[in-house]
Amino acid sequence: MAREQSIKVTVNGRTYEKTVPVRLSLADFLRDHLHLTGTHIGCEHGVCGACTIMLNGRTARSCLTLAVQADDAKVITIEGLRAEDGTRHPMQQMFLENFALQCGYCTPGMLVTAIELLQDNPNPSELEVREALSGNICRCSGYQAIIDAVLEAAQQGNAAWTDWSTRSQER
Amino acid sequence: MKPAWFDYHAPRRLDEALHLLAEAGADGRVLAGGQSLMPMLNLRILSPAVLVDINRIDSLTSLDAGDNALRVGALVRHADLLRSADVREGWPLLWEATTQVAHIAIRNRGTVCGSVSHNDPAAEHPSVLVTMGGSVVIASRGGCRELPADEFFTGMLSNALEPGEMVVELRYPRQPASTGTAFVEFARRLGDFAIAGAAAMLTMRAGVCERARLTIVGMGEGPFRAREAESTLAGRKVGQAESQDAFADAAAKVVAAVAPHEDVHASSSYRRHLAGVMAARALETAFARAGGRPVG
Repeated sequence: MAREQSIKVTVNGRTYEKTVPVRLSLADFLRDHLHLTGTHIGCEHGVCGACTIMLNGRTARSCLTLAVQADDAKVITIEGLRAEDGTRHPMQQMFLENFALQCGYCTPGMLVTAIELLQDNPNPSELEVREALSGNICRCSGYQAIIDAVLEAAQQGNAAWTDWSTRSQER
Repeated sequence: MKPAWFDYHAPRRLDEALHLLAEAGADGRVLAGGQSLMPMLNLRILSPAVLVDINRIDSLTSLDAGDNALRVGALVRHADLLRSADVREGWPLLWEATTQVAHIAIRNRGTVCGSVSHNDPAAEHPSVLVTMGGSVVIASRGGCRELPADEFFTGMLSNALEPGEMVVELRYPRQPASTGTAFVEFARRLGDFAIAGAAAMLTMRAGVCERARLTIVGMGEGPFRAREAESTLAGRKVGQAESQDAFADAAAKVVAAVAPHEDVHASSSYRRHLAGVMAARALETAFARAGGRPVG
């Protein structure tokens, strides 16, 4: 039985064909094979949320997904959030303006989780934001600023999020 | 922190998967949502020789709300249940418990059948299935069998599956009329493993509790069916005046019956205390929802 397999994965709008070990995690594939090191690895057992990415439009832990499972899938990482001209995603801008990152390690996972929340629930309460982010650990414990950023992003309206999801899928 | 080597198969048909599992025997594992299995592989708690990834078998994604029962296929994710209006209206205990499963990213991937198979003592789904009197459909190369939930769970992280078998479907009967349900749990942090929890289902007729089901979560051996508490309630007159005493009696039976483990999160005596609190809270809420007056 071959311990390597060929996969075709679309990451941030670009399609890659690679041969990978079957036991390789999607997180390691993104970082070591595609050199997209914005996806951070914290605990490697699904507890910390740092490696959270979008898999076919829904958040997933890339440390709990095998690279071979992403065959034929669409993945969006932190690198896919900003526009081609470098403009930040509105959620990134809100994080910046609210000082919602300190060391930055948890930020990639926080951002995609927050974006998925606003896609499903454009006007969340503070409790709903806390619940949604409860699977993402910030070891600097800078939670309050992160929650402020998400609430402010929600106040700014829904249009930008829809626009983002189509743009990043097609690029 | 990386998994050991395994052979990986991603069949597109159930019969292929069952064939692969039969060949692998005790060395094979089913990979569905991967939210419990992948951590165990990464930590090398498990190192199966063969992984059979069932994610490409479309026939397992079906979620069917029938006249008599809800049928949940092996690839139905927690998030799929939460998006189902049928489940929310017809199987409110299952829906309410699922809102409390882990975090969004985990609910997007993790499956209900996987949670039942894994049988973590702190998990919601095993206790819900027991409380609702559901059943587990098990397939192997040799055919299918159906086991009542009470017989499927055989202790901590253990179940009645034989090598070569996998869970393909869960069945949840429709609840009777005049029935109220509630699922409550206590965790240190939203979405964390519960220290204790309870699932309750009460059927009321003219002020009498016709049928009571109560299962306690987090006591160390998988779902704990609180039979003494159930029988103290069944057939008893439970109106607004009597409900507080009745549920306190039931909670006392729970506290006397459970033998929880001790760990870094909670002592045995604290867990036992919480089991009683969770039981009373679940019963009171279920009672109110069954059409009794809200308590307190």
